[in-house]
Amino acid sequence: MRKNLNVIAAYSIMMVLIILVGIFQSWNIALSIFNMCLISAVMTMGANIQWGYAGLINFGIMGYTALGGLAAVIISVDPVQEAWSAGGFDILMCVWLIVALVLIIRFILKNFQNSKVRNYSIAALIVSGIILIRFTAEPGIEAIEDINPAKTGFLGGFGLPIIFSWIVGAFFAGGLAFIVGKVALGLRADYLAIATLLISEIVIAIIKHEDWLTRGVKNVIGLKRPAPYEVDLQSTDWFITLVEKFNSGKLNLISNFSDRQAELNQLVIEGSSVFVKLCYSGLFLIVVIILLIITQKALYSPWGRMMRAIRDNEEAANAMGKNVVKQHLLIFILGSAIVGIAGAMLVTQDGLFTPGSYRPMRYTFLIWVMVIVGGSGNNFGAILGGFAVWFLWIEAAPIALFLINFFTAGMSESHALKIHLIESVPYFRFLMMGLGLLLIMRYRPKGILPEKIEIK
Amino acid sequence: MDILNALILLLNYIFIPALTYGSQLALGAIFVTLIYGILRFANFATGDMMSFGTMVTILFTWYFQSLGISLGVLPTALIAIPFGILFMIIYMLSIDKFVFKYYRVNKSPPVQFAMVSIGVMFVTQAVVRIIIGPSDQRFFDGEKFIIKAREFKEMTGLNEGLALKSTQVITVLVTIVLVSLLFWFLNKTKTGKSMKAYSDNEDLALLSGIDPKKIVMITWIIAGILATIGGALYGLDKSFKPFTYFNNMLPIFAAAIVGGIGNPFGAFLGGYVIAFSEIFLTYAYKKFFMYILPESMEPESLVQLLSTDYKFAVSFSILVIVLLYRPSGIFKGKVL
Repeated sequence: MRKNLNVIAAYSIMMVLIILVGIFQSWNIALSIFNMCLISAVMTMGANIQWGYAGLINFGIMGYTALGGLAAVIISVDPVQEAWSAGGFDILMCVWLIVALVLIIRFILKNFQNSKVRNYSIAALIVSGIILIRFTAEPGIEAIEDINPAKTGFLGGFGLPIIFSWIVGAFFAGGLAFIVGKVALGLRADYLAIATLLISEIVIAIIKHEDWLTRGVKNVIGLKRPAPYEVDLQSTDWFITLVEKFNSGKLNLISNFSDRQAELNQLVIEGSSVFVKLCYSGLFLIVVIILLIITQKALYSPWGRMMRAIRDNEEAANAMGKNVVKQHLLIFILGSAIVGIAGAMLVTQDGLFTPGSYRPMRYTFLIWVMVIVGGSGNNFGAILGGFAVWFLWIEAAPIALFLINFFTAGMSESHALKIHLIESVPYFRFLMMGLGLLLIMRYRPKGILPEKIEIK
Repeated sequence: MDILNALILLLNYIFIPALTYGSQLALGAIFVTLIYGILRFANFATGDMMSFGTMVTILFTWYFQSLGISLGVLPTALIAIPFGILFMIIYMLSIDKFVFKYYRVNKSPPVQFAMVSIGVMFVTQAVVRIIIGPSDQRFFDGEKFIIKAREFKEMTGLNEGLALKSTQVITVLVTIVLVSLLFWFLNKTKTGKSMKAYSDNEDLALLSGIDPKKIVMITWIIAGILATIGGALYGLDKSFKPFTYFNNMLPIFAAAIVGGIGNPFGAFLGGYVIAFSEIFLTYAYKKFFMYILPESMEPESLVQLLSTDYKFAVSFSILVIVLLYRPSGIFKGKVL
């Protein structure tokens, strides 16, 4: 108990902060911060598995998040029949071509010795394959994008409940991680960072511009929800009675019937959106707890010890007969898959998929700040980092506004400097993140909750 | 005549823009490579440092414009650049003193340096956005074109026009001068040689009496010059927007790695490799083929290898290929 005191204290402070937001701002804001904190926590757990357990640096988190989001679209949107009949055949042909190309290249790699001729012929194969694929796909893509471009213009998905996409998103991200890992994991740490960053940009470019698959920058809106809709809730009897019961003290004070009814309506509208957010919180909490249990078990298992051994001394682990390359690839896939889950959760919560919003600042570097600040190698630390940094990210603007007003209290309201500072309040969050990261790196390099290894 | 038209077309839409863009990338890539070769870390704050230098330049340009100082046909920004460089160097040296020095003294691993540079990136980004705001700023003045497309057509009687912007000429000229000065400095002067020695083998260099503090300071000064000029030229040619500068970090990294990181000459060429391949692969050659092929063979489609949306993806794919086959870059060999 005493050992875990700092963990409990840190989490209680975090909870108190969120509850304070609920009391002073509104429960709606508090719950949306809480939900995003949970999603960030899943992302940091993924990054923490790669960085904290194995020491692999992955700056491609944005790409895996976006793939998870894409999974949400592909799973939940109803299929667009006209598009399938117009261009589905061409697209399927293309898929077969890609599969055939990969198989041929694999065959060549396996059966011929490494030589210049082999490398050039593979390059020639890839180039001619790409040209062939383009020619096959072009008419299909154009046909698909022409069908009702304002509403669909893409193939649609499978029309399944969106919850499934959380698992599928993990598979998507894991698949990408397999390819990236095969290509890039042999690189030195900082090269790996740059390579993964650039690969994630390529993924985003593809998602943004392949309209037949993702609608690109036209966005996909109105995705299905795992939670009830506010409008439906507001007209459901049991929900209205629930709100009435919950606020009976407040409502009983109002004697006038019509006033009371108006107040009740207001409460129901507020209550419905809080209720929906609570549903999401419950779902996300389940995911976080399951992942936490699994990752904790893994951390203290023989496998976890092996990963730490590989992280701390690769050569020694190799000499002990551990397959470093294979384990690196495995952990890279696992971590990315968890990030993929988070990406699908994010799109599920928002109900829309906006490829244009995936930016490295928000989805890669911010997650890294969370991992470093929270404590790499410690799952509780990583989750706490997700909570604390996201909380600060959202509340930075009000805090900055307060500070500016405090320090410029002597100036008149129309002073140019004061107006300029108040206008640029949103950018103080970058300043806070940067300073926070620098201070933590300098004075507490292991994070708020450092990794602790129990040797039994 | 048709062949001439086709050549002018390529010159106007591929060669000149790629040369300009390549020069801007090359300056940034040399900056990355110098930091990597001597201070030994990948600087993720590259793009934002460039935007900081450009921001100071813009502020001084506006100040000079308000005073009524101008260079006539040349952009006023050229007089403002030295002030931008000065502020940039002060900023970089103070960051080094307060942030990077601690890790250098402790001999931290490069990964930790990279993380710290992300912190610096956040702070610099905030500073730039708080001071000048996130929106587009144009600060170009003076004569815009050296040759206008219409005048060129009238002069030569060709169908295709050739437009030459003054910023393009300035960019290429300044890059040539700056890079030759830099190579002269690195190869001929004593300080430059000691920098090379330091980058080659730190311990040996220290043994032979090279002062590491001086080396680090000079590296940051050169980096400040390169970052400010590179950023200001990009801003003059296109426009200044903090987010674009952050994004430019990616092709700059690609250029530095393609050229062999730690090798300034490689970085210089890498900038052009990235720029030319981006523009070559995403240009629609329809018009070009219309000029050189007989009418019966004219292409129906745009004859575009990749859509322009994949501009960035091209440079990154080149990088991935280079990393796979030659992790030390095309121009590997001695460091710095």
